[in-house]
Amino acid sequence: MSTAYSMNWPAVRAIYRFEMGRFWRTAGQSILAPVISTTLYFVVFGAAIGSRVSAVDGVPYGLFIVPGLIMLSLLTQSIANASFGIYFPRFAGTIYEILSAPISPLEVVLGFVGAAASKSILIGLIILATSALFVPLRIEHPVWMIGFLLLTAVTFSLFGFVIGLWADGFEKLQLVPLLVVTPLTFLGGSFYAIGMLPPFWHAVSLLNPVVYLISGFRWAFFGKADVNIAISLGMTALFLVICLGLVTYIFRTGYRLKS
Amino acid sequence: MPIISISQLSKTYTSGFTALRDIDLAIEAGEIFALLGPNGAGKSTLINIVCGIVTPSSGTVLVDGHDIAGDYRAARRAIGLVPQELTTDAFETVLNTVSFSRGLFGLRPDPGHIERILRALSLWDKRDSRLMTLSGGMKRRVLIAKALSHEPRVLFLDEPTAGVDVELRQDMWRLVRELRQQGVTVILTTHYIEEAEEMADRIGVIRRGEIILVEEKAALMRKLGRKQLTLNLQQPITAIPPELADYELALAADGRELVYTYDTRAERTGITGLLTGLAAAGIRFNDLHTEQSSLEDIFVGLVREEGARA
Repeated sequence: MSTAYSMNWPAVRAIYRFEMGRFWRTAGQSILAPVISTTLYFVVFGAAIGSRVSAVDGVPYGLFIVPGLIMLSLLTQSIANASFGIYFPRFAGTIYEILSAPISPLEVVLGFVGAAASKSILIGLIILATSALFVPLRIEHPVWMIGFLLLTAVTFSLFGFVIGLWADGFEKLQLVPLLVVTPLTFLGGSFYAIGMLPPFWHAVSLLNPVVYLISGFRWAFFGKADVNIAISLGMTALFLVICLGLVTYIFRTGYRLKS
Repeated sequence: MPIISISQLSKTYTSGFTALRDIDLAIEAGEIFALLGPNGAGKSTLINIVCGIVTPSSGTVLVDGHDIAGDYRAARRAIGLVPQELTTDAFETVLNTVSFSRGLFGLRPDPGHIERILRALSLWDKRDSRLMTLSGGMKRRVLIAKALSHEPRVLFLDEPTAGVDVELRQDMWRLVRELRQQGVTVILTTHYIEEAEEMADRIGVIRRGEIILVEEKAALMRKLGRKQLTLNLQQPITAIPPELADYELALAADGRELVYTYDTRAERTGITGLLTGLAAAGIRFNDLHTEQSSLEDIFVGLVREEGARA
């Protein structure tokens, strides 16, 4: 710990535990909310509407929507957790402690993004378990499923971290998740296969990055995808690299962190 | 070697406002250094640069020989900061937030050390209380506990007693003296002059981003202090005799006291001439005493003087 290059792991652990502490303090709300919303989705889409929808690509509709539901929560929770995690200390002024501690930008990101991703993965797994109560789950590629879960959680937690650094008010904090991410997720094939769309809208959908996440995740479950799995992986990795680049830029320039 | 060496440090914000201009300052290990200055003089900017919160425009800062930019880990590890604002995590408990601070500085948990700090700051009984339930004074104590959690060699106290009650102020002064005895260097900014007068070994005065004076407190008061000579007259007088007009004397206590203010820095204080003049005017006195002006008087005088030059 005497050189500038060795990692300050106790600091990473401190930030991680501090952030997870908030999750556990509100565990009832953190865990109950996704369970209730998943149950509602199954009641509406699975039982009420799903019974009138034929199987999609040979997968019963109730089962078909499981990857999309998990992805929906994973994206929104990752962004919300990470953006709030870094924005709140800026808002409250407690960020001074992070800035004046012997911590590198990488360690700050590891602590905050690691905690945000952990929370959203936990919620994703809770939704998966809740789904098992309604439909007979089938996961053809469990390792890939976990891989996509991790990659997406980390990528969107990084994206949330960037939003949390960029935002200069609570309104802006909500702006991107509400106006950009949620529509993209709903239109990204959470509840349908984009192959079901007319050719024009199918082509438009391919501009939506969330399509690749959901498609890849769905492939891990059922072995069937809207787009090639390699392209899905490539697009997710590309988004990860973009977010990493943004975070690096922010810390190098001190943007929104230091005057 | 000074524990903090600041050289040619300047800061201009993106707004164009220049907060610091070519600051040179050396703080010796183990001393209590008070940085005085009016609001907006640049005190907090200077502290925030040393602590890594604000990026300097130019210049270098070494903390215990480590550059704050090139070797920021070692430099920051030596520093504890108590900020001016009462910024706390409202929902955290006292014990958690202080332990968190220790972790940030790369140290393993040490419940014994944390307990000692909390007890010294009368926070032990509140260790499980959430910060939002604490009074302003208690929150200030928590900030001090956080700053001491990683056993720093240098402690920055930015306006430590702003808005705190007398009891806490006394406690804080006691704590600062104890820390000094343990070898901790304490740098405090304040615009409460009595705080600097009470505690500091050396005093720096900053005005409009420039250090206009750094001096041992005692020497400063000795050198810059204005003194007042008060003469208790045997017989009251109604007016000052015209031949003593040059001394700018003042009458007090219904003409029973004559007050002469003089500058100890002056080549001649004028006391001998005054006493001779009084004797010639037939004014006799039965007692006299002198009073040293306070640091506040010195500070106000300095800032005004520099302001007039600017």
